[in-house]
Amino acid sequence: MKWLRRSSSDPLWKEEFSVRAGDERYVTRRQLTKFLVLTSLGMFVGNLWILVRSLFYQAPTYPHLTIARMGEIPVGGAKLFTFPSKEDRCILVRTAENEHVGYSQKCTHLSCAVYYSPESDRLECPCHKGFFSVVDGSVLQGPPPRPLPRIILENRGDEIVAVAVKVS
Amino acid sequence: MSNNAERPPQTRGLTAIAGAMSLIAVLLIVQIWLLSAALESFLAGKRGSALPAAIFSGVMFLICFGLYLFVDRVDSNVRDSSREQ
Repeated sequence: MKWLRRSSSDPLWKEEFSVRAGDERYVTRRQLTKFLVLTSLGMFVGNLWILVRSLFYQAPTYPHLTIARMGEIPVGGAKLFTFPSKEDRCILVRTAENEHVGYSQKCTHLSCAVYYSPESDRLECPCHKGFFSVVDGSVLQGPPPRPLPRIILENRGDEIVAVAVKVS
Repeated sequence: MSNNAERPPQTRGLTAIAGAMSLIAVLLIVQIWLLSAALESFLAGKRGSALPAAIFSGVMFLICFGLYLFVDRVDSNVRDSSREQ
């Protein structure tokens, strides 16, 4: 690691407190350059970490969970549930007679809880006025950078079952 | 405008180092943006951008490292010449 060592044979304190005023400017610039290059290395390592996580990514498995019964929610109504774990709050909306949609309740901006507004037929985040489409969870307005994660639902007889989470 | 050859070696060295540092700073800003964009798309479930982002970040780090070696060499050259004076 020769390149990390100082080029001068003088100790660092002697360079930093040099009797030559001109040398001081060099020391601070050289050290700042070293700091910037080490930060650049840090950025590269961060990108490598993301790459490794991407390469070894395994799709999660979800439990199948009954979240409601058909007819339990009126058309235009909503019900809150948790899926896949107890900490993951979600919202189920009945958009038509035989149509239900489920989304994560966490706003993709700063994780405030979104709610369903039947008047405007959209999911709204009260914190920063981020609005999501109830049809596909896409961002209609506001600061959220991504659509809401969608809960994949299945109708099994009389029951509405959550089977997976789709992040788009 | 003074001729570059007439300027003292310390001033010339400082100009070269300042130029190299500016380039490093620009590359670092691009790397920071690249990392945040790669993380953003990774968290959004899109994993295709991780490889190109890592390659470009690596190239930029190598350029930064090359500039650092340049700064180090200029620094030691100027230091030696100022000692000789």
